[in-house]
Amino acid sequence: MTETREDTPPEEKGPSAGQRFWQELTTGNIMVTLLSVVLALVIGAVLVAISDPRVQDAAGYFFARPGDLFSATWSSVGDAYAALFTGSLIDVSEYTVGRALRPFGETLTNATPLIAAGLAVAIAFRAGLFNIGAEGQIILGAIFAGYAGFAFDLPIIVHVTAAVVAGIVGGAIWAGIVGVLKAKTGAHEVIVTIMLNNIAAFLLAYLLGTVAFQRPGRQDPISPFVDESAQLPRLVESTRVHAGFLLAILAAAIIWWLLSRSTLGFRLRAVGNNPNAAHTAGMSVAGTYVVVFVLAGMLAGLAGASLALGTERHLNTGISGGLGFDAITVALLGRANPWGTVAAGILFGALRAGGVTMQARTGTPIDLVLVVQALIVLFIAAPPLIRAIFRIRVRAKEPVATASKGWES
Amino acid sequence: MKLELRGITKRFGPVVANDGIDLTVLPSEIHGLLGENGAGKSTLMNVLYGLLEPDGGTISVDDRELALTSPNDAMAAGIGMVHQHFMLVPVFTVAENVMLGAEQTYGPGFLDLAAAREQVREVSERYGFDVDPDAVVEDLPVGVQQRVEIIKALVRDARVLILDEPTAVLTPQETDELIDIMRQLKAAGTSIVFITHKLREMKAVADRITVIRLGAVVGEASPDSSENELASMMVGRAVSLMADRGAGEPGDHVLQVDGLTVVDGREQVVVDDVSFDVRAGEILAVAGVQGNGQTELVEAILGLQERVTGSARLDGSNGTELLGMSVRQVLHAGVGFIPEDRKVDGLVGQFTVAENLILDLYDQPPFAAGPRMKPAVMRDNARQQVREFDIRTDSINTLAGTLSGGNQQKLVVARELSRPLKLLIAAQPTRGLDVGSIEFVHSRMVAERDRGTAVLIVSTELDEVSALADRILVMCRGRVIGIVPGDTNRDVLGLMMAGLAPEDAKAEASARPDDRGAP
Repeated sequence: MTETREDTPPEEKGPSAGQRFWQELTTGNIMVTLLSVVLALVIGAVLVAISDPRVQDAAGYFFARPGDLFSATWSSVGDAYAALFTGSLIDVSEYTVGRALRPFGETLTNATPLIAAGLAVAIAFRAGLFNIGAEGQIILGAIFAGYAGFAFDLPIIVHVTAAVVAGIVGGAIWAGIVGVLKAKTGAHEVIVTIMLNNIAAFLLAYLLGTVAFQRPGRQDPISPFVDESAQLPRLVESTRVHAGFLLAILAAAIIWWLLSRSTLGFRLRAVGNNPNAAHTAGMSVAGTYVVVFVLAGMLAGLAGASLALGTERHLNTGISGGLGFDAITVALLGRANPWGTVAAGILFGALRAGGVTMQARTGTPIDLVLVVQALIVLFIAAPPLIRAIFRIRVRAKEPVATASKGWES
Repeated sequence: MKLELRGITKRFGPVVANDGIDLTVLPSEIHGLLGENGAGKSTLMNVLYGLLEPDGGTISVDDRELALTSPNDAMAAGIGMVHQHFMLVPVFTVAENVMLGAEQTYGPGFLDLAAAREQVREVSERYGFDVDPDAVVEDLPVGVQQRVEIIKALVRDARVLILDEPTAVLTPQETDELIDIMRQLKAAGTSIVFITHKLREMKAVADRITVIRLGAVVGEASPDSSENELASMMVGRAVSLMADRGAGEPGDHVLQVDGLTVVDGREQVVVDDVSFDVRAGEILAVAGVQGNGQTELVEAILGLQERVTGSARLDGSNGTELLGMSVRQVLHAGVGFIPEDRKVDGLVGQFTVAENLILDLYDQPPFAAGPRMKPAVMRDNARQQVREFDIRTDSINTLAGTLSGGNQQKLVVARELSRPLKLLIAAQPTRGLDVGSIEFVHSRMVAERDRGTAVLIVSTELDEVSALADRILVMCRGRVIGIVPGDTNRDVLGLMMAGLAPEDAKAEASARPDDRGAP
């Protein structure tokens, strides 16, 4: 047989945009991911420099003393990124180990909900679904966990366990609605999740005005602190990092096993790659959608629980603060892979933690971090651009991949 | 116009798709290009049409060398192409489609539709195409749409016309009409490059035949060569074109279908009150032109269609009712299914060969224990199936999407035959496959029949139907036209596929002079 020849140009009859996106997402080269981060930081540096008044002044007399511009740029960018580093990893100017490591603790604290919610988005990606609703699922998780945390009196270990489980259930219910709607009516999950995000946010705002939720003696929308017995314990003295981080890592391990070793993962990936073939092979596509959304909601609910019980330890209207949207970026950066999502979550946690320090020390707006995050997404979404910029040679795609495409008769 | 290709070489990465191909098309000649799928015919034609740039070699027209970088260059040089998949805008009229890309205008940029209409009418009359310039393309039958493509090329002064697998989508009658059109064009001085892997058509129409194998020209053949000679040139070894099989031994009724009706999403009745049965140890072939309800029929039996009425029972008239069951239940009841479009419905391209081989058994022992998959068992199974079904792959961990069509199909066949079956349903089991793979798939179907399985095959290819069927059910517009014996004359089948009742078809076929080499 002549099975090694290519007969049609590859652009013929390409896969749909969604499938292409998915393929880029999961088969993308790790180099592209790393270089996207590097490139985003480089462009961020340019923005830091041109927005710094000292650099602008030096540029004004560039032709008189060009050296000034370079040194001003160097110090501006150097200071900003040094602060970003100090604020996210280690502060060498501190005297005790605990305090010196405090920035890294801050990084992990920020990373915890990002990892859990990132997994919620990633697992949906693997099933070919876009879960834009992590934000709402986090909020519901936080509401359930927080209420369980301050409204009940339970023994010490039982209480925190029950509160975390309540958060997971809350997220699962919220996302389960999406799964059921999609499975029963074909409603598009993107629309439904976006709508549910808003509903969740207003639900939280409403609840915080009710007697059951509002902190006694307060007029603003804020809940009581959760009982000490329901708090996720701190892991390291004088940092904020709490046991929720371990739960997020455990969740990543479970999701990894589920995706790569379980029958459910097999079904989920099959449905994500080719729902037609999965259906023809007897898998229930609609049922898979429900399961995936429930799983995703559980993960986002865990993120919400870690916020309500570990980081904030009470509820307020800004408890999620857009984490659910950053989670989408985290999942993208992590290539929808559980361990990739963990790494991306830590990176984004570091950017968030370092951004605060950077703004405080050098006056560089924290918005720079948002710009860098946005640029990372942009570059990851456009791998050919990264390849072109860094001249990465793409290994010639197996041409047999498209053989016979033009020959269906 | 004389067209000469000299030493055309085209590489895709490490793969040489065309290796120094020489081809000369003389004026007023129908030149057949014969080769298996993947032999490099399409690549060569895409080079000739300016879609691909060759890595070496020259193209010349009337001894003048051309540099083709786009289809526009090719059209300017008088080369026209009719693609296998039509490049027409369905909601435009014929005239609008013909004018698209070469719009004539008058005044300040008004489209001169009248001129386009006139052009279509003129070409249509000159060759007796019978095409209405104001008809909307999506309302036209496929054969007429193809003529619109040909008109498009002719209006642009094509003197060499490339027809890429033009008969793949046509009924036998439409194919005959196309052959007439080709002869007329030739008489009017147009040269034609005719690409196909169907030997019968090639013999019927070509003046000279160039055979390509593995990207290189293996030789020239005369249309007088026998089909077996052509096939062995194409494949590079002796092949048997008829599936090697004895008569079937029909046993019990395995599938009993009664009054099955399917309504599709557009409220069309696509399968209309269909009844038939398939017995153990027999192959029933459902013949018909593409899109006459055959696909929906088998999908309904499998549980893939939503709005189905009637009945389809497994194990005879008192057996299990399949309609209303989930796909999974149907498969587990002992039905194997080879879907029509392997890439869409048959396999998951991003899954490995090993994973695809257990796509319907992944959660059953021995491949799974509870929620846990057993990758080692999966790999053992894959190694065994790859060997048994001769699936050519680098490894069992290769992504299925990167296999060639023939090997993808073998993968699907291997998977479906790896379970004990009562009924095998195969829709277009050899679509787009090369001769070698067709031989293999056919022999497997016959072997399955001989093991006592009831086999239901849907095919639009008369060759396939004749080669395999013990009985033939012909469908047209969702209805059963008739069920006839497997050795029914091709002309009769062709007429039945166009909707003639069996008796009328027989009368009509015998009244005609038999000039098309029917068996």
